Amino acid sequence: MSATETWGIGAPLKRKEDGPLLRGRGTYVDNLDLPGTVVMIIVRSPYAHARIASIDTAAAKAAEGVVAVFTGADLRDDWKAAMPCAWPVTEDMKNPEHFPLAVSQVNYQGDGVAVVIADTRAHAVDAAELVDAEYDVLEAVVDVAAAARDGGTLVHEELGTNVSYVWPLESGTFDEDADVIVKHTYVQPPLIPNAIEPRGVVARPEPGGDVTLWSATQVPHILRVLTAATLGMSETKLRVIAPDVGGGFGSKCDVYAEELLAGAIARRLGTPVKWIEERSENALATIHGRDFVTTLELAATADGKITSLRANVIASMGAYLQLVTPGIPLLGAWIYAGPYAIPNYSVTFTGVFTNTTPTDAYRGAGRPEATYVLERTMDLLAKELGMDRLELRRRNFITEFPATIASGLTIDSGDYHASLDRLLEHLGLEELEAEQQARRDRDDVKQIGVGFSTYNEMCGLAPSRILGAIRYAAGGWETATIRCLPTGTFQVVTGTSPHGQGHETAWSQIVADQLGCDPSEVEVLHGDTSISPYGLDTYGSRSLPVGGAALWSAGEKIIEKAREIVAHQLEVSADDLEYEAGTFTVKGSPDKEMTVKGAAWAAFTAHNLPDGMEPNLEATATYDPPNFSWPGGAHAAVVEVDTGTGDARLIRYVAIDDVGTVVNPLIVDGQVHGGITQGIATALYEEAIYDEDGNLANGTMAMYLVPSAAELPSYELDRTESKATDHPFGAKGVGETGTIAAAPAVINAVIDALSHLGVTDIQMPATPERVWRAIEEAKQ
Amino acid sequence: MIPAAFDYEVAESVEHALGLLAADPDAKVLAGGHSLVPALKLRIARPSKLVDIGRLSDLAYVRDAGSQVAIGALTRHVDVQGDPLLQEHCPIVSMTAGKVGDPQVRHRGTIGGSVAHGDPASDLPSVMRALDAEFVIVGAGGERTVGAGDFFTGVFQTAVGHGELLTEIRVPKLGDTTGWSYLKYHRRAQDWATVGVAAIVHRDNGTATSASVSLTNMGGTPLRASAVEAAIAAGSSPAEAAVHAADDTEPSTDTAASAEFRRHLARVLTERALTQARA
Repeated sequence: MSATETWGIGAPLKRKEDGPLLRGRGTYVDNLDLPGTVVMIIVRSPYAHARIASIDTAAAKAAEGVVAVFTGADLRDDWKAAMPCAWPVTEDMKNPEHFPLAVSQVNYQGDGVAVVIADTRAHAVDAAELVDAEYDVLEAVVDVAAAARDGGTLVHEELGTNVSYVWPLESGTFDEDADVIVKHTYVQPPLIPNAIEPRGVVARPEPGGDVTLWSATQVPHILRVLTAATLGMSETKLRVIAPDVGGGFGSKCDVYAEELLAGAIARRLGTPVKWIEERSENALATIHGRDFVTTLELAATADGKITSLRANVIASMGAYLQLVTPGIPLLGAWIYAGPYAIPNYSVTFTGVFTNTTPTDAYRGAGRPEATYVLERTMDLLAKELGMDRLELRRRNFITEFPATIASGLTIDSGDYHASLDRLLEHLGLEELEAEQQARRDRDDVKQIGVGFSTYNEMCGLAPSRILGAIRYAAGGWETATIRCLPTGTFQVVTGTSPHGQGHETAWSQIVADQLGCDPSEVEVLHGDTSISPYGLDTYGSRSLPVGGAALWSAGEKIIEKAREIVAHQLEVSADDLEYEAGTFTVKGSPDKEMTVKGAAWAAFTAHNLPDGMEPNLEATATYDPPNFSWPGGAHAAVVEVDTGTGDARLIRYVAIDDVGTVVNPLIVDGQVHGGITQGIATALYEEAIYDEDGNLANGTMAMYLVPSAAELPSYELDRTESKATDHPFGAKGVGETGTIAAAPAVINAVIDALSHLGVTDIQMPATPERVWRAIEEAKQ
Repeated sequence: MIPAAFDYEVAESVEHALGLLAADPDAKVLAGGHSLVPALKLRIARPSKLVDIGRLSDLAYVRDAGSQVAIGALTRHVDVQGDPLLQEHCPIVSMTAGKVGDPQVRHRGTIGGSVAHGDPASDLPSVMRALDAEFVIVGAGGERTVGAGDFFTGVFQTAVGHGELLTEIRVPKLGDTTGWSYLKYHRRAQDWATVGVAAIVHRDNGTATSASVSLTNMGGTPLRASAVEAAIAAGSSPAEAAVHAADDTEPSTDTAASAEFRRHLARVLTERALTQARA
């Protein structure tokens, strides 16, 4: 094994970040204890839909320790712009005006109406109870399908409709006369992302009107520009720092009311303001994911060749448009046909307002919603055709790459057959089917089922030109700087903003591999707008596909400059130098060599550089991806269903993922584990349940069922590899694959376990009650 | 998650605790805190004072009491779970204590706190109801003993009045001809029971001759499934008897289950518990 195999690209290096984090030495927002800090508590509406009749703050203002109390009306003039939505997906999209505190009307349970600022958290919480808000309660609309229908309750009366936009994508004509057409409607309920660290923010006023904002965010750069715009201050006067951030899953890819409130109030009061979200507050006030109702139709020939796909999607926006709320469905728009070649393609999204927590990016963001309905319908189609479900998939797999798909994009690489082949090598399907038959034969109360999901996805957000074409307000490029320090160490500054992904380790491995050093000699800086090159942060499985490519490009620049320095120092032609893993050697003179580290020292001293060369060895590169990243794979779930209690439980889960080149297999396994777990949670456990008045009925960890290790089996993971052809070292995104693939595999398995009883459909999550009812209905 | 302000006093003795409680009608007893502290943090409970009985180590014991085993109210779940006397004579109690919550809860939570809290979704109250356990309550007027049928009076309500303390729980020794089972359905390992069933079965050569069956979370208190018990006494099989498990129950509907599904679960679990207890 060569040295780079132990620490370069592909090495299972333990994460550099973990020591301090596991020992409690991390610095999260709540660990900041700045002198003079006052604490902010938000007073939230208990009603999902109501007009604010009055807010009496006198008692709260008089309470012990209270510094200030502000209502939405008090702060209205602090906002120089409404809260930002960066993705107006259509020209005529309806976007209600939305401020950090509601001024006259609340539109979801948890909408903020006032803030209390006090010297301690306890005083602030006590005083918040004394804020006396009176409401005129309005009828709420909660169900997304009902909200989309004409004539019902309107969330925003002034818009005259609950429909924010209708966005179609059409290519070809649906084959209405096909041999077989299957059509099914699927409900994907709202989900609470539940990052392990709730949100938090500290805003500190600085001399000269500047503000420093620490936030538990995925997007410090985006937050900076949009906060500055909303507060009406110059971007140069605002510094945003994302310190250690405990997860996000997309829920911290946003600009939130509390960040703006803390900034505005810190400037008003001239003292640092801190807000830390409570867990139950997180359930209401941090964005939710999903909440789609989708009707999918597939048309096929009798021999199983799919000719047409039509998807009609009603997507809940929740009460307001947050940062990229309307664009979430679009992130799945191109992959409703998944890994299959389907020539006629039509997808229509209707974005709809409801009196629920705003939705936005949650792990997978638009792609799990697409993959779920496709993979469920593939099983339905196989059944309708009387064809083996895997054979149907194989007959429709895209096999020639690059592949331009009906939705208009080009998949650079993939090998879906290889992933499925590998899956079957691990699975032992024949034994499972024999076991299933034996249990059926003896009428066992516990039945087993096997479910599949063969998938692809598009991530690595994103080619800027495509983003422009679909009306997203920013680009999708990323930036990295490498500084070769005189001591032979390397400082990397990335515009991505890790919040648990292990960038410090992975980026170190890339630099170590490319420039020839030990990963411990690489320092990775991120998440501070005052030190980083302009960046576009971390979401959509983009950091390695885009930020990693920028890093590699910066390394190439370093190597090129170092080559000139080395040629000069060794007195040879640059063309005569060969480079490998940090060392230049002279062709034909194996004794003559010099390292990048040596070149860095020469560039630092600048005693003997080529004429006209700038001293210092440092490079910055900005990379705009020419294409999305296209991971794929094949997953299988094996479930055991207790037909008495309705309990469905995973007994095995096998995942084969193709994410191109793997930089660190431990980190990739970790991403896949977490992703699968969230997919299983979606399939079996999690659902934000609202009552008809819009009250969130299960907004605590006791009632919102995030599964634990005790409910889950150990996963069996393997990989196939088709390298990304556009990426400098062939890597694809992996942050969302598991979540995208897992839910349909699990539901398909539950249905498979009960198919002999006549069960054909179960809504997610497949709770014991839903399983029981499905069995009972099949008996009718 | 910050409680409303309250006073706090450490009780030095049972008498001291009773005095502190008598002096303040809004005071509450703090034992392991695993039910009370979350309620405080959510501001559902807003007592004026907490009387901490956590240092009354005299109340942490398991003793042989003739035909019964006596358990001090302050005995932690983990100690109930591991107690050899209970494991020998009344293993349904030790086994169920090991199913309460998670390890953290079991190391702090107490058996007295659990039963005196009167949560209809809790496991131990239901087991006590099936066992016809006895509860020793002390107050200013002295000591009294209440049977399980009279102890659980409503949702989060028991016979322990204000100014009183539950000090001891007595469970019967189960003989060799007595089988037992406690089954609960819950989604995740640490969750409360959606429905639970405790069954004590007296058997003769593999046949149940009589049974005590108590249901968890099928009403405001643990409920005896008297129709099931009558059916067993009349010679019905577990499957035949379990059909009656949800008779006369009015379980609640919540995000975990509808009342209808709870009734179904009660029947399924009752059949399984009776079958297991009979074996």
